[in-house]
Amino acid sequence: MREISFGQYYPVKSFVHNIDARIKILITLMYMVSVFFIVSYTTFFCMFFLLTIIIAISRVPFRIVFKSINGLLFLLIFTAIINIFFTSSGNVLLSIPLGKLAINITDQGINFAIKMALRFSLLVLGSSILTFTTTPTELTDALEVLLKPLTYIKIPVHDLAIIMSIALRFIPGLMEETDKIMMAQKARGANLDSGNFFKKIKAMLPVLIPLFVSAFRRADELADALDARCYNASSKRTKMKTFELKVTDVISFLVFTALIVLIFLDKYYIGGVVQAPDLGGFEVQGLDIFVHRLIMKITG
Amino acid sequence: MSIVIKHLSFTYSAHTPYERKALENINLEINEGDFLGIIGHTGSGKSTFIQHINGLIKPQVGEVEIFDIKLTPEKKPKVNLRKLRSKVGMVFQYPEYQLFADTVEKDVAFGPKNLGLSADEVAKRVKQAIEMVGLDYEAVKDRAPFELSGGQKRRVAIAGIIAMQPKVLILDEPTAGLDPFGKEQILNLIKYLKTHCSPTIIVISHDIDEITRFANRIVVFNDSHIAYDEPMQQLFKHSRQLQKMGLDIPRAVKVVNNLRARGVDLGEEIVTAEDLLKAIIKRYNEAHSTDIDENAGIFDMYDFSQKWLTSEQREELGLITRKEEPKDEKSHKVGKKFGLKNDKKIKPAKKEVESKSKDKEDKE
Repeated sequence: MREISFGQYYPVKSFVHNIDARIKILITLMYMVSVFFIVSYTTFFCMFFLLTIIIAISRVPFRIVFKSINGLLFLLIFTAIINIFFTSSGNVLLSIPLGKLAINITDQGINFAIKMALRFSLLVLGSSILTFTTTPTELTDALEVLLKPLTYIKIPVHDLAIIMSIALRFIPGLMEETDKIMMAQKARGANLDSGNFFKKIKAMLPVLIPLFVSAFRRADELADALDARCYNASSKRTKMKTFELKVTDVISFLVFTALIVLIFLDKYYIGGVVQAPDLGGFEVQGLDIFVHRLIMKITG
Repeated sequence: MSIVIKHLSFTYSAHTPYERKALENINLEINEGDFLGIIGHTGSGKSTFIQHINGLIKPQVGEVEIFDIKLTPEKKPKVNLRKLRSKVGMVFQYPEYQLFADTVEKDVAFGPKNLGLSADEVAKRVKQAIEMVGLDYEAVKDRAPFELSGGQKRRVAIAGIIAMQPKVLILDEPTAGLDPFGKEQILNLIKYLKTHCSPTIIVISHDIDEITRFANRIVVFNDSHIAYDEPMQQLFKHSRQLQKMGLDIPRAVKVVNNLRARGVDLGEEIVTAEDLLKAIIKRYNEAHSTDIDENAGIFDMYDFSQKWLTSEQREELGLITRKEEPKDEKSHKVGKKFGLKNDKKIKPAKKEVESKSKDKEDKE
């Protein structure tokens, strides 16, 4: 049995678990798009605050949710650094001479890098909350419902959904199988985790071959079992569990819509860029202008 | 003392909602020459336990000592796992699913090669192992393992382990999913390996009638603890408790227990069908002052009743009276001797006869 890994369903009962999976998918989609429209640190703060509240309500331990960022930390830092080096606008803080060219690190570069990193973590955290609180079955069912309109342009949505749910259903089984085969080969003295890359690949063959054989065998058996029960994906089917919208679903949807409205107001209505003289001409954006002014007033 | 396990505990996915305790404070000593049977429900921890013996799982709490190799929760000193695995061979459930090479010979050679032996030594061991499991080396060595029958594949997989010549051999459900004939062959093979390859053998099985045929000691796992650790003849004093745990007891023990409930005590130490028959014949001889051979083995109950009982007695006991003699004299005779013993050339036809006579014995 494997240790719990990122994105896996976390089985507790909570308000967030209870929200209709369709609504959850919609909210997540809206959320992911809107994250790219955030301009001010104030809105970032609001988003993180909201995420914290949602995680608290979902009763998934923070430790486990934040583990999901851990795996992507490298990517996050990498993109941030790239951003620092390739932004040339703003005030130069540090200049690194490289022959004829010089790489300038500017305050705007750092500003973008930080915002990029924040955006990235918001994306990962938000989407992992979806997978932590929704079972794979719910997810595929909800996707099937949401993609229903595509049937009008002859896309076999139900078939795709059943393929997806079977694939998801097979993942834990195959993981277990991999574990077992690895153990069996280790017991025969196989050395699976040393040597260089190519040696490692070669060493994995005794695991991969039996794994493929068993995957094909399982697929074959499943196909036969579906056939034996006269399964036909194209005929009209009913669901054991149907989705019904609850009042709480609508409310959570509205709360999110309000937040997204705030993000867009921030970008397009308040908008604007103000150079703050007290920050050495640093460009302050959106709601941050107000916050900046407020701080100025308080501190005099 | 070849294997000593002290205060061993293990928990899967600790500190998550998937947390599951598999072992709790296990203490066990396994001696050289033990033929150990392990029984227990699914999830009782027996599989986790045997994986510790092979160093496939690192102990979380407690320690495992195998020969002179000590496994502890600490990272240091580093343990030479390869050395450990050359001493302890492990045959997993459905071992045929681990076959991968394109010929039987290459697959069996995988283990010894990993031990770093010379090519000559590997070739010698491969030939020896394939022959030991009762396959024709010349006929199978160049065939693809996937072409073989289920029972043959399993024997090739077992050959892959014994080619490493382990001192301790662990088998997890070695007969699962085989037909009765294939089961019989694997059981005989295990007995053979005990004397010719690995002096210490540990077998996990669900089928208690199977385990009692060879084990000399049985360990019962229940709810991540060791419930009983007894010599085979002593274990079934606890029949009632075993049944409470949802474990099966041998059919012979059931018969003895039922007889005891009706006032006939045949003694405590009957475990196998052969023991039971001996005890019954002994009783009969005493009561009727006859001298039927106790060691005759299990034979056709029809013959027995015809020879030793009067028709009234037969009726009283509710024995089926066959009117006509069986036509095939020859096949009938074969049924007299129970078991296939070490006869590997046995033909499937005998299987039927054997199960028939076994059925009759069950009815009694």
